[in-house]
Amino acid sequence: MKRVLNKVFEALLPLLAVPVAFLIGAMMLLALGANPLEAYGAMIAGAFGDVSGLTQTLVKATPLLLVGLGVCIAFRGGVINIGGEGQIIVGALAATAVAVGFKEWPGLVLLPLCMLAGVLAGAMWGGVPGILKARLGVNEILSTVMMNAIAVQLSNYLLRGPMIDPKEIEAGTRIAQSALLPRSVWLARLVPQTLLHSGAIIAVVLAVVVFIFLWRTTIGYRIRAVGLNRDAAKYAGINVPFYQALSLILGGAFAGLAGAIEVMGVQHRMMENLASGYGFSGIVAALFGSLHPLGSIPASVLFGGLLVGADKMQRAVQVPSALIDTLLGLVVLLVVGSQVISRRRAHRRETRG
Amino acid sequence: MTRYLSSGRPILEEMRMQGIVKRFPGVLANDHVDFDVRTGEVHALLGENGAGKSTLMRQLYGMYKPDEGKILIDGKEMHFNSPQDAINAGIGMIHQHFMLVPGLTVVENIALGLKSSRGPVLDLDRVEKRVLELGEQYGLKVDPRAYVWQLAVGEQQRIEIIKALYRGASLLVLDEPTAVLTPQEVDDLFVTFKRMASEGHALIFISHKLNEVLAISNRITVLRDGKNAGTRPNENVTRVELAQMMVGRPVILQYNRPPVEAGPVRLRIQDLHVRGDRGKDAVDGVSLEICGGEILGLAGVSGNGQRELAEALAGMRPVRQGRIILNDKEVTNGSPLQHINVGQSYIPEERMKEGAIREFSVADNMILADHGKKPYSRHTFLDFKAIREQVGKIVSDFNVKTPSLDTPVKNLSGGNIQKLILGRELSRCPSVLIASQPTRGVDIGASEYIHQRLLEQRLCGTATLLISEDLDEIRALSDRIAVMYEGRIIGIVDSKDATPDRLGLMMAGVETA
Repeated sequence: MKRVLNKVFEALLPLLAVPVAFLIGAMMLLALGANPLEAYGAMIAGAFGDVSGLTQTLVKATPLLLVGLGVCIAFRGGVINIGGEGQIIVGALAATAVAVGFKEWPGLVLLPLCMLAGVLAGAMWGGVPGILKARLGVNEILSTVMMNAIAVQLSNYLLRGPMIDPKEIEAGTRIAQSALLPRSVWLARLVPQTLLHSGAIIAVVLAVVVFIFLWRTTIGYRIRAVGLNRDAAKYAGINVPFYQALSLILGGAFAGLAGAIEVMGVQHRMMENLASGYGFSGIVAALFGSLHPLGSIPASVLFGGLLVGADKMQRAVQVPSALIDTLLGLVVLLVVGSQVISRRRAHRRETRG
Repeated sequence: MTRYLSSGRPILEEMRMQGIVKRFPGVLANDHVDFDVRTGEVHALLGENGAGKSTLMRQLYGMYKPDEGKILIDGKEMHFNSPQDAINAGIGMIHQHFMLVPGLTVVENIALGLKSSRGPVLDLDRVEKRVLELGEQYGLKVDPRAYVWQLAVGEQQRIEIIKALYRGASLLVLDEPTAVLTPQEVDDLFVTFKRMASEGHALIFISHKLNEVLAISNRITVLRDGKNAGTRPNENVTRVELAQMMVGRPVILQYNRPPVEAGPVRLRIQDLHVRGDRGKDAVDGVSLEICGGEILGLAGVSGNGQRELAEALAGMRPVRQGRIILNDKEVTNGSPLQHINVGQSYIPEERMKEGAIREFSVADNMILADHGKKPYSRHTFLDFKAIREQVGKIVSDFNVKTPSLDTPVKNLSGGNIQKLILGRELSRCPSVLIASQPTRGVDIGASEYIHQRLLEQRLCGTATLLISEDLDEIRALSDRIAVMYEGRIIGIVDSKDATPDRLGLMMAGVETA
């Protein structure tokens, strides 16, 4: 009985992280002279209370989920992909370049081609750290972070140079953004008058695909085996470096797709700050979803809601926007911390028994 | 009247543990255990892994507190809160893994953590003198000025014993002290034991080797499933009885090994050189041939290159020079997969690190090497129905006790995990099998089963290389026995001619023609 209770407690611990983070946030709100109940009320109502809020939440959840799926694959393969941000950027750049470059092509061809370009660019961006890891044992945490910096600079260069919207040059404003994508590659709106686009459906379908991939195919099996015990996998004849590289490449591919879909579904052009932290928040969403593709769906919606609701809260009770980041940061810390505690408790129980 | 040891410490006349109960979540590790030891005797504590021997001794040494029961020393109840309390009461413990600092000398290690007679200034000369005296008195030969890293395991163990004696231990607990020694070193150690006992020390000797226990102990206590299964004087008990007490049912100690006509040479190793972790050749020119239907036992004290040889044969460690030929195909420096594809199976030394994935289920672990083949998968999709069917068959064939096929392997006992790995590797019908320490840390029941399966495999024509530090196992199963010493094969003898004495000499590096 005690054993069962222990298990239940450990499973619930990460879920408790959210209310605890809110409790600490409430204290900060009080210190700032705001009413926490009012603030959180505005937050929840803003994120989930009406069609506009809900669709915005789902719009933000979409890139989070896509990045999170890539994170699930990479982490399951025992490699840590912090490069989501850069992979989103190159994915978006590639999709934009293809869309603008071949704008007279029919949408039926061009639209999937844009997505494919995003996937391939992201895969390449994840592939560099992947191959460095496989061949030379380069730490992927460092290399993926550095690839982020390279992606940002690449985007800065392209959006101010070769890819800048010709209209910006004509007008002399020179804002760093690309030309508008041809309408043929815009993703269909699911609810009129909102930003919610069909990319959300793609993301959910892919979550199921990733689930099947990881748990029903031999490749997924090998990725999980490598992630859990490299030595045993190697003894069993599995090519460990190959599957580590593959997990990073697939992780990049999903983030790249997130970038392409963000451009095609929301902004309709490539601009600075398009990734806006999805590459990092997606990791948190995946962790909160226990690194399970299906668990990542509600986790992404929750974090999307936090992002949207935080905006609304800021306006409702006039607190500095930094508080929102603090709140998100607290959730991250507590989620990750609680997982460490659960694991340690479980481990201690096993070794003692 | 109090009696004294030569060190001037009072003799601990009697230690008595009464009704000791220790619970861990979900496990009753000690269940009302009574145990006692008196001055001048060696009392062996015998039992399988998980029987509760270490737990019992850790309570005596102040590492755990008993949930129930008493520890009495000379009739007085003691409450140890830490090992320091136990040391102060005259108890010393020699752990299986030595607690020595390699970068310090022998005397420095012994002085470590003790008060110096000269305050803040070290008095190593004095320590050295005492170390030499103790060494002389108990037959523990050591060089006090040597650095610990320079010493062999046997010597390090002697230092641990001197360290305990130096600290005035009257009662010594020795946790599996013979596991790392050659048979000759074991004999020397037993001489020391006898001297210590005659001096008035009390010794508790933890072991699972029946021969050694019978060779040295005055009394023998067997623990089974956390309970005291009986305490017997040495004279009144036999090997077979002890084995039975440990397992709880009759046990076979000798196997039937019918003659088999040797098949073709399946595994050919030619002048193999393999680097160890320190960059030197750990395997230094090994040549071996094993035929179908033959078990070649590879004996040797651990650390003489057996591990590196095994890893090279698995394709896990690069070969610097020489060749490995499996079924007439050269696989030198091939990947593990290439070895598997030529018909090799491999039972790795460390089952949890190399042989199985803790978090994976029984079924997932069973398909580790073959998941990409029929019937386990088709067109990259795993076929769960076929997996369950096949794995279920292997699990029942190999007697793996598990609540279900979906149970994570980390919840199984060592013996059952080893049977799972054995099942996985043998169900592939290998023509060559490399088995590295196949029964280390496995209970007698499971060991017996594993041995029988290995012998069955021999009848099927498999060529087996059995690498083991357990001489009894090697002698019971092998057709020929090779002894490895400092990276070389020092000799190969027919199993009939392999007496423990002869093997022991070879393990110590003496070539016997």
